[in-house]
Amino acid sequence: MDSFLLEALVNGILLGGVFALPALGLNLVFGVVDVVWLCYAELVMVGMYAVWFLYTQAGWPLWMAFAACLPVVSLLGLLLHLLVVRPLLASPPINQVLATGGVLFLLQGAMTLIFRTDFRSLGVDMPPMEVGEIFVSGTKLAAFCAALLGAALLWAFLKFTYVGTAIRAIARDREVMPLMGVDPQRIYLIASAVGGALAGLAACLLVVQLDVHPFVGLSFGPITFMICVMGGLGNMLGGFLAAFLMGIIVSVGGFWGSTEFSYVVAFGFFIVTIFARPRGLFAR
Amino acid sequence: MRYLIPLMLALACVPLLAPPDYFLHLGVTVLLTAVAGTGWAMMGRYGLVSFGHGAFLGIGAYAMALLWNMAGLTPWVGIPVAVALAALVGVMLGYPCFRLKVVGHYFALVTLAAGEIVRILITALREYTGGSLGMTPDRVPPEQGLLAMQFDKAGFWWLALLAWGAGLLAWWLLDRSMASKALAAISEDEEAAASIGIRVTREKLRVTLISTALAALAGTLMAQYRMYLNPESLAGLGISLQIVFGAIAGGMYAPLGPTVGAIITIGLEEVLRIAFGTEFTGGAPFIYGILLVLFMIYLPRGIVGIVERKRRSATAPLGLPAAAK
Repeated sequence: MDSFLLEALVNGILLGGVFALPALGLNLVFGVVDVVWLCYAELVMVGMYAVWFLYTQAGWPLWMAFAACLPVVSLLGLLLHLLVVRPLLASPPINQVLATGGVLFLLQGAMTLIFRTDFRSLGVDMPPMEVGEIFVSGTKLAAFCAALLGAALLWAFLKFTYVGTAIRAIARDREVMPLMGVDPQRIYLIASAVGGALAGLAACLLVVQLDVHPFVGLSFGPITFMICVMGGLGNMLGGFLAAFLMGIIVSVGGFWGSTEFSYVVAFGFFIVTIFARPRGLFAR
Repeated sequence: MRYLIPLMLALACVPLLAPPDYFLHLGVTVLLTAVAGTGWAMMGRYGLVSFGHGAFLGIGAYAMALLWNMAGLTPWVGIPVAVALAALVGVMLGYPCFRLKVVGHYFALVTLAAGEIVRILITALREYTGGSLGMTPDRVPPEQGLLAMQFDKAGFWWLALLAWGAGLLAWWLLDRSMASKALAAISEDEEAAASIGIRVTREKLRVTLISTALAALAGTLMAQYRMYLNPESLAGLGISLQIVFGAIAGGMYAPLGPTVGAIITIGLEEVLRIAFGTEFTGGAPFIYGILLVLFMIYLPRGIVGIVERKRRSATAPLGLPAAAK
């Protein structure tokens, strides 16, 4: 195989790892709370600003800025649930989506007010590594590994802890679980906090690759939603696999055309997929 | 509807009073935003929530501007062509969606993807569209302005008023037709509606056609009025959500709701701009966002919704509780 194509393929897989985290978080929240957080990419954006601010402005070491980003965004997820989603739990789904769309504007506006519209860069980079015939960006590889680690931790949490079991149960049947003694409100809160933390982790991985500005969420938000829908909303494994598929399409598509066309191809692929499998690629 | 004709006549007289340009400018912007919002609400109120209506503004505007710049086709012809093209795209996207029962969240996200595709395509085809820097329709000398649809603010006031009237007329015609009842039934329960003989796909396609055509009409006139097009303000998620916000804030179940919403959104933006200048960049979306959340929690039927409920409870105290749902 052509080594450039191979490189594009590898980059696609690495990119998929980064897409996977927000897709997992979004699916977790949707699966459990049954609400689409339209502002999910904006939570990531706030996390990116948190890392940037703590590292370049407050002078914290990078690992401490990363460590602080997770609880900050997690708290934001909790607030989002308590202030916006909880009052709307009984409303039609579309009202819920629009309210979180309002939070999207709110966060973009708030960050513009505080940090202006300048592009902020962390200025951290790792040297590329040569693996066989191809070069792999060190930053991307590190981000990929961290994303896999995050996904594995999430899986272990859902699989082996009592709360995790309750989360999976409520995602499966929200009528019966309250009868089994599970308090749905508590589970919703936990899922929102974990969903927020995943956004925080995604923010740490993205901030080293992208400059942060108030509208950066619009550059990866739409594709994250498409990944979730392709995998089947609420289907964590489906979303995880779809993330890699989308990553490869974007990366290999960019190899033959411009980056923009690669996104057009990816979005077009998404639309065709939805027509072929309206409930997602991996729907049973 | 009874008030529409006198209201339009009254509004048509406004430019004759020689109001300040700024007032006319606000009026044109509000009217055109209202047309886009009215178009969106025609689908939105039947549960067909689109997050990609910006795409139709963009397709319409760019088609018109490219026909003018490259083929010299006057916007008087270009606008109908561009509107037809956008409506065709809407129907081509809608048909498989409706046929294959892509509804709810899935429909919203498919339209979101479509809107993004259009935005990225406009950006990527920068040789023709100027990419993210935007494009300007070629100007003509003032004496040919009428033919090229390039005239002063008063002219656009009348055009925008006509478009607005067309939107309300479409709303009214739809409202009193069987299609409205069919669509209401579909939005309640698609399967049940199909079982009593409603042609679900056809009804949805018809309303999609009207809705996207209105959005495209608004887009073309906005572009022609500003004499400037760029992908961010005419396609993509940002503008799509703004259209939705306007329609929701005003109230998407009443014909004048989206217009009230347009007055609120444009008014808010202007007040903030005048009060705080550029110091407060980001203030408008910040306040929009809070309002949108509050509207969804406390006033899901929008501002016109309250007025309607008051009037209904005053005139018909024994009205069906279902009507208030």
